[in-house]
Amino acid sequence: MGLELYLDLLSQPCRAVYIFAKKNGIPFQLRTVELLKGQHLSDAFVQVNPLKKVPALKDGDFILTESVAILLYLTHKYKVPEHWYPQDLQTRARVDEYLAWQHTTLRRNCLRALWHKVMLPNFLGEQVSPKTLEDTVAELDVTLQLLEDKFLQNKDFIVGPHISLADLVAITELMHPMGAGCQVFQSRPKLAAWRQRIEAAVGKDLFQEAHEVILKVKNTPPADPTIKQKLMPGVLAMIQ
Amino acid sequence: MGLELYLDLLSQPCRAVFIFAKKNGIPFQLRTVQLLKGQNCSKEFLQINSLQRVPVLKDGDFILTESSAILIYLSCKYQVADHWYPSDLQTRSQIQEYLGWHAYNIRSIFGVTLWVRVLAPLIGIQVPEEKVNRNRTYMDHALQQLESKFLGDKPFLVGQQVSLADLMLLEELIQPVAVGYDVFVGRPRLAAWRGRIEAFLDTELWQEAHGPIFNILEQMAKKTLPVPPPETQKNMLFRISKIP
Repeated sequence: MGLELYLDLLSQPCRAVYIFAKKNGIPFQLRTVELLKGQHLSDAFVQVNPLKKVPALKDGDFILTESVAILLYLTHKYKVPEHWYPQDLQTRARVDEYLAWQHTTLRRNCLRALWHKVMLPNFLGEQVSPKTLEDTVAELDVTLQLLEDKFLQNKDFIVGPHISLADLVAITELMHPMGAGCQVFQSRPKLAAWRQRIEAAVGKDLFQEAHEVILKVKNTPPADPTIKQKLMPGVLAMIQ
Repeated sequence: MGLELYLDLLSQPCRAVFIFAKKNGIPFQLRTVQLLKGQNCSKEFLQINSLQRVPVLKDGDFILTESSAILIYLSCKYQVADHWYPSDLQTRSQIQEYLGWHAYNIRSIFGVTLWVRVLAPLIGIQVPEEKVNRNRTYMDHALQQLESKFLGDKPFLVGQQVSLADLMLLEELIQPVAVGYDVFVGRPRLAAWRGRIEAFLDTELWQEAHGPIFNILEQMAKKTLPVPPPETQKNMLFRISKIP
């Protein structure tokens, strides 16, 4: 059995892994794990990842979770172009720095924006107070400013003239609040131009394909009560 | 100018970086940034890190933040023993896997006890009991996953030898221990793991790195902790309000 990737393109790190593998011509079997149906909680998937999260990678007997780890594994195993994770020690450290920073900042805030604005009310039928929503959007704004000022600055991409893992991980996050209807790029021309460069670098078709699900997420029909009950604890823990 | 490390040993990731550099004989200038005195908000430090956070590494003109990035940079630049950040692809990936999980499930959770028992009272705040209990539930849950998924029956997180993942984890777990909430009690596997790391580090280095955090309760009792300046108190209040 070759490489298998357990993904749901609803999830932002899954999109990063998907685009990366496709763009670099890495052959894999796509194993779709539909989060909104609770498939990540199934016995079959718990065998793959007892932490019940996607993405997960299976390469023969080797199982790996956590998107950053997966991206780095693929980078080394498949000898992809160097710009994704540059050899130069300091440039590489910049990629590592971004990847470490984003976990509890951009990742968290983009996730909360989507769930507070769309998924909790529309899908799970849980009302979110205007104050909570306001705070979530304000925190996202602060983080977007940091992304721009501290990481992107006036460069073409986060670590310089070429696209790296950092850009891919960042842009797939930003498409989450986009899916929720937040106009992330409207008043941020620098980020908007950077997005265009990323789309050009990975290919518009692939970018669109990977984001089809999230950009239509507002149309998700309400969950039935059984599914809601099943998903609720995980959702609450996730957006804490 | 050689390597400079901006650290406050009260901070868990700073201790991981400190221990790593010392244990591997990496020469550096220690630049202490006392968080309680608000030195991370000083103009000088903002030049170094606009995010106002430690640890920071400065190597000539190159400035790097984020503890895991710093540890990896040091591992590669100083060619430390392979076990810290193994070159074997699968083992290295397991370190990355751990670090990814750590960012959500360990990093933001195990520091809370210090806030509850020392930092919040220092500025006259009491963290609600409900939040304290919730934090304990999170810690318990994380420790269970840690034992079952990451440590298992292995001597260290990714196998037979200590790696930078073990160091990152240990320093987080020491934080509640230092203020009287011993997360190792009733967890013999985890306690044995801690013993193995302590044995690997020299006693002197262990004491040097942990002196400030192990003394913090005594300092609080004697009222010898610095009183944070107003700007720092404002940041602290914000941080306390974010405890889930």
